[in-house]
Amino acid sequence: MAGKTEAILARKGEIMKRALGMDYSQFEQSPIAFDYEGMMTAHGYSIDDIIGIQRAGGVGRTPLLELRNLTDLVRSYSEPGYGARIFVKDEAANMAGSFKDRRASVSIHVAKEKGYAGVIAATSGNYGAAVSSQAARAGLNCIIVQEAFDSRHVGQPEIIEKSRICEAFGAEVIQLTVGPELFSHMLELLDDTGYLAASLYSAFGVSGIETLGYELAEEMTAVTGAPPTHVVVTHAGGGNTTGTARGLKRAGATTEIVSASVDLSGLHMASDSDFNRKSFTTGHTGFGVPFATWPDRADVPRNAARALRYMDRYLTVSQGEVFYVTEAMAKLEGLERGPSGNTAMAAAMSLARDLPADATVVVQETEYTGAGKHHWAQLNFARENGVEVRAGDPAENVPGKSIIIPERPEQIRAKDFDLAKMRRSYVRNALSHAPEGYVPTDADIAFLAEDTNSDAATVEETIAGLRAT
Amino acid sequence: MSDVVSCSAGDWVEIERVLLEPADRSTNLPEETAAQPLRMWVKGFARLAAAVGDEVTIETMTGRVVTGTLTDVNPGYAHTFGRPTPELTHVGRDLRDRVAAYRAKAGE
Repeated sequence: MAGKTEAILARKGEIMKRALGMDYSQFEQSPIAFDYEGMMTAHGYSIDDIIGIQRAGGVGRTPLLELRNLTDLVRSYSEPGYGARIFVKDEAANMAGSFKDRRASVSIHVAKEKGYAGVIAATSGNYGAAVSSQAARAGLNCIIVQEAFDSRHVGQPEIIEKSRICEAFGAEVIQLTVGPELFSHMLELLDDTGYLAASLYSAFGVSGIETLGYELAEEMTAVTGAPPTHVVVTHAGGGNTTGTARGLKRAGATTEIVSASVDLSGLHMASDSDFNRKSFTTGHTGFGVPFATWPDRADVPRNAARALRYMDRYLTVSQGEVFYVTEAMAKLEGLERGPSGNTAMAAAMSLARDLPADATVVVQETEYTGAGKHHWAQLNFARENGVEVRAGDPAENVPGKSIIIPERPEQIRAKDFDLAKMRRSYVRNALSHAPEGYVPTDADIAFLAEDTNSDAATVEETIAGLRAT
Repeated sequence: MSDVVSCSAGDWVEIERVLLEPADRSTNLPEETAAQPLRMWVKGFARLAAAVGDEVTIETMTGRVVTGTLTDVNPGYAHTFGRPTPELTHVGRDLRDRVAAYRAKAGE
């Protein structure tokens, strides 16, 4: 590795401590455990404070819509008495077009309060638009660092649209070719500018999402008399699942949390040649699995997004199923929205079919669509890059090679990802990041049980299994 | 890419820089990624007149000063919707029919 890169990475701790606006070392308890709730509440904002910050920023209070046509479509092929009511929280109605406005709002507020001159975020997704928009309102400078192109300078149309919208909101957009060295470049920028690192994974960001769960619990109670029985969340880095679930808990809901991702298994996330063979830039298993099983791989010392703590189920769907549902949403419900946000909708249609008719399923986000992000643009781009697009049985899809568009809605069938396997994988990762020979204490075991939404016996069994191999 | 091949001082332009040559890249990269340099593009206001391919210094939206090779002048975006996906064009018609048929049957 280059001397320059090594030198900047060696100063990571010092740069991030200044850039994050919070000292994370105060929460560390052992080589394994840390005080998660302490970290989440250290900013001192109550949920009402955050709602207030978001109101001032033009964020939140998005419409909750019942999808009667989609519900009846699902009922038309469900067993009698089955087919849950499906609702959606139209987060595309936020200023920059997605729930990411909630995530950006608290970081921008903190940057302003603490006197930072600007913010920096590394993101090729909707979060960049959200940070850029909120920064513009707050009068702060903004730099968005994007992994945008393969080595041919060809960009996924969805990412190119994200470059455009960030620039539209006055951000400086740094577009890079594929590679994890994006992080060291971001560190250089943070060091040069002294801006706040508006990380997706900070406690500020994830606290901002809590209002989404909180709001939808209240709105569903007003409409149906109770919080939803199920909420389906598009899952990538884990913030959406974590924040939404925390907000629901705050509202006293006992809703089942179902995370959902597009199955992109087999595609390497740092591969120059795989880069443009993905028709989804987020909400997929390429982020969803590694971040759930090792959240602390993020750009903060401890990730506030810890999806395994909150997930009750993890469903995967194929790219073709999501594109089909995106088209169905526009034609049946008058909601033309982006595919990534509709990942959870595809999973929800499959889930609702197997639930009784009096169950309620809320898909908690939509995202904006338009040139580049639109499903036609995605599918045309896939074809141009040698991916086969055809009608058929979506179960035959091979990520990166084929996108199979269902011929009938009955063919939309989400698959359950093995959560027990993910929990074991998380425990293995946590142990492998502790010093060699470190023996977990009872407090560590309790932490791991909480962080994996399991119990001490399960964690101990996993550890014993790891020792035996 | 625009057809304009040169810029005047103060024009909005795009530049390119190589951040890391292949030999300097991170270890553990897939082969096809490791073989390529890490390249960067950024936009800003040109400090001096230059032709595409020349080295030029720009001032970005945040006021940072960056030097690189001029790649475009008044850079724009050409991403679009494209043609409809034939495999999806029937979806709206078919599903509306199915919902109507279900409701007619449920109402019997």
